[in-house]
Amino acid sequence: MPFVPHTDADVREMLATIGVSDIDALFDEIPPELRIAGLDGIPVALSEMQIGRLMSERAQRDGRPLSFLGAGAYEHHIPSAVWAITTRGEFYSAYTPYQAEASQGTLQVIYEYQSMITSLTGLEVSNASLYDGGSAVAEAALMAVRAHRKSKSLRLLVPATVNPNYRRVAVSTAGNQGLQFDTVPYVAGTGCIDREALARHGGADYAALVIQQPNFFGQLEDVDALTDWAHAQGMFVIAVVNPTSLAILKPPAEWGTKGADICVGEGQPLGVPLSSGGPYFGFMTTRMEHVRSMPGRIVGRTVDLDGRPGFTLTLQAREQHIRRGKATSNICTNQGLLMTAATIYMTLLGPQGLARVAEESRARTRALVELATAVPGVRAAFTGPRFHEAVLRFDAPVATVLERMAVGGVLGGVALADDYPELGEALLVCATETKTDEDLRRYVEALRGALR
Amino acid sequence: MSDLKPAEKLIFEYSRPGRGATAQHPPAPTNAASDDLPAAFRRRTPPRLPEVSELDAVRHFTRLSQLNFAIDTHFYPLGSCTMKYNPKACNQYAMLPEFLARHPLAPATHGQGFLECMFELQEMLKEVTGMRAVSLNPMAGAHGEFAGVAMIRAYHAARGDHARNEIIVPEAAHGTNPATATMCGCIVKEIPVDAQGDVDLDALAKAVGPNTAGIMLTNPSTLGVFERKIREVAKLVHGVGGLLYYDGANLNAILGKVRPGDMGFDVIHMNLHKTFSTPHGGGGPGAGAVGVSARLEPFLPVPIVGRDAQGYRWLSERDRPQSIGRLSAFMGNAGVLLRAYIYMRMLGREGMGRVGEYATLNANYLLARLRAAGFDLAYPERRASHEFIVTVKRQAKEFNVTAMDFAKRLLDFGFHAPTTYFPLLVPECLLIEPTETESRETLDAFVEAMIAILGEAERDAAQVKGAPYTMPVRRLDDVRAAKQLDLAWKPVESPA
Repeated sequence: MPFVPHTDADVREMLATIGVSDIDALFDEIPPELRIAGLDGIPVALSEMQIGRLMSERAQRDGRPLSFLGAGAYEHHIPSAVWAITTRGEFYSAYTPYQAEASQGTLQVIYEYQSMITSLTGLEVSNASLYDGGSAVAEAALMAVRAHRKSKSLRLLVPATVNPNYRRVAVSTAGNQGLQFDTVPYVAGTGCIDREALARHGGADYAALVIQQPNFFGQLEDVDALTDWAHAQGMFVIAVVNPTSLAILKPPAEWGTKGADICVGEGQPLGVPLSSGGPYFGFMTTRMEHVRSMPGRIVGRTVDLDGRPGFTLTLQAREQHIRRGKATSNICTNQGLLMTAATIYMTLLGPQGLARVAEESRARTRALVELATAVPGVRAAFTGPRFHEAVLRFDAPVATVLERMAVGGVLGGVALADDYPELGEALLVCATETKTDEDLRRYVEALRGALR
Repeated sequence: MSDLKPAEKLIFEYSRPGRGATAQHPPAPTNAASDDLPAAFRRRTPPRLPEVSELDAVRHFTRLSQLNFAIDTHFYPLGSCTMKYNPKACNQYAMLPEFLARHPLAPATHGQGFLECMFELQEMLKEVTGMRAVSLNPMAGAHGEFAGVAMIRAYHAARGDHARNEIIVPEAAHGTNPATATMCGCIVKEIPVDAQGDVDLDALAKAVGPNTAGIMLTNPSTLGVFERKIREVAKLVHGVGGLLYYDGANLNAILGKVRPGDMGFDVIHMNLHKTFSTPHGGGGPGAGAVGVSARLEPFLPVPIVGRDAQGYRWLSERDRPQSIGRLSAFMGNAGVLLRAYIYMRMLGREGMGRVGEYATLNANYLLARLRAAGFDLAYPERRASHEFIVTVKRQAKEFNVTAMDFAKRLLDFGFHAPTTYFPLLVPECLLIEPTETESRETLDAFVEAMIAILGEAERDAAQVKGAPYTMPVRRLDDVRAAKQLDLAWKPVESPA
């Protein structure tokens, strides 16, 4: 029997110890008319060999196209050691570290993770991760409303340059508690937040302004001016950032005069495979003064009975298993294993390695844009500094372009028509450090072929 | 801090300026010389990430892993968490390079293999739960709960039934239930259970009314017993226009025996990291797929995998205009879902039925042996489901040895502790869930350990109260942890 170790003799003796004649008798408290005879709709069992073959065939059917997709999930080189260690059974098959004495490994990894992510973002405290970048934005919105002492407002300003799916998740998650998200347009030429439109919200009571840096288009926002403006209006600033970019970009704690109040983002670029969208992890950091408003697990360093240093979950009075209906969030399980991978990734890359990944990804995207915009009928949508993504505009319909490129095994970008119809035929493209000169040439070749 | 050394130094203490795992860095920048990033955007001081060799990193994190208990190394009878064996094949085949490399926004033409797995997973989950439709989107049990309650709200709102904002929750419920109801903007009404552990029907009848949005129930309940009056509960709640929410935390107990859909539930979440054996990962990732009856189907979170003449594709807001929307930036914890899919295919229809049977056999065997050894049960008249509650209230009173003390001493005997102090209404309780993947010998050894600790409690309570002794640390100062917050490492300032 797969994964059930019992012999016939075991079953006999165990039933005798219990004092029943057969296993079925153990279900005698279930009303008989609710019992089912079997699960005929489930296929018969496959052996490990058979499922291995089936999965390999399906994986091969999906293939390994050359991808220039980003839009919130990024292909980076992942050092071999990251997942070799992360999938060790001692990390992989452990539970949430409620029994601290038997979970020091997981707890110390979380503490080291909190140390790295706070240093990267510049803010003082971090939780042990959230589900993903989208849910982290939603939790940040709820937290801002909770933590803001001077404003009772349930409204937040979320510019159109914030990842549209993050905005959707925020609405689905926080809308039920009455939170409202008002949008702010972007400037057509730069793809950055329209400061004049933003200024029209001056004087209104908002809990926070959300600023994504680099923004969804890959453009760099003037975070200093935006942060100072929001603070002058009495709003919190929620920074949404790409962790790779923080190796070279100004950390949210240094935005403007006072810095962002809450910082969140998608942790996937830090050693987590693309894997069709998950599991990833969201990160969240904030100032010490808001730590009790933060959702999720937090690990602290303390001492044991003998005075030896050790780690434990702390500030649990915020959480659902203690506070129940009054908790800061219903979150309990987070994305521990992905946070573990990210901690090992950041350790192996170090400050120089991560900066080089960031610089090189910028350089590759810049090269891609130069090559692509040399093709007739293709131009860059925006001017101004960017990180490692760019919007390209086309004369031809991009759906057809993408389809044709995909036939040749090149995924040419993410179409923006659904979320940004005003951009016309537009693609969001990304090239990270994983793309060679040859890969960029293949892109342009496929693009020329598709436009022909 | 005292002079005692930690079991393993912090990674930052291995760090030396200029060292690094340079094989992991990208080659030198190709055109950084022409860099155009204005200074105003630049970081001025580098982040304090460690500077260590690859070997330093590998040794450090390997040593840290060895400080953990895990299913792969220890029996983990953690009630309500279903810590069963996580088959290695599920990990290996979910991590095939093509699956790992697939971008979430890659076109369906380059994802038919993956999407076929997801479609079949949806179908299998429908079959085992008796629900009409499934969405794989939520990323944990609590996330699935959120989706479920949000759908209940959306359903009532779509009918113009806006007064329904009360969610009824039995007092024994998981803390996530009331927390979720609050997150969905609902008011929580807790109702008691009777002396036998079933929902108090009189209290329920008083609690329901025109404001009832629904009730959240776990069955078998968190008390480790099957809710026998489930049809009466369903009739009462449906009778006033409310809906029934099934918390799937304990689905393992009834897999292949009885289905939530047949019990009358309208919406359920399934903890795939429990029943379908995806790893817990030291606290995630989980996966909390949701299933619904026909009337809630339009409200399922997107995306959902659909099938048409061209093959498999994602259904989005456009296909499901009444959807409660997106709960994740992409499609939830895809890699976890692949592991659950592989596990379900390896179990097959016969193996699926055995899960509930042998989980229940193991729980009832442990219960019988612990009862014979002199332990008190919270519900001695009841059959255990896949888990049961021992209460050491008597020992706490007689010897001052508490459930916490038993839990900590078990660690020295090489067993992870059961769940302690949950459910809250049973004093000094240990919630014990062995799962079907444990052998009789392991269960016997656990019983022997419990007997030994009981003996110690009688003879030398201090021995139990001082435990653990063999772990990397002894009991930790939680008060200090919360008062003198040390949540991140900082370098010691060198004197100026």
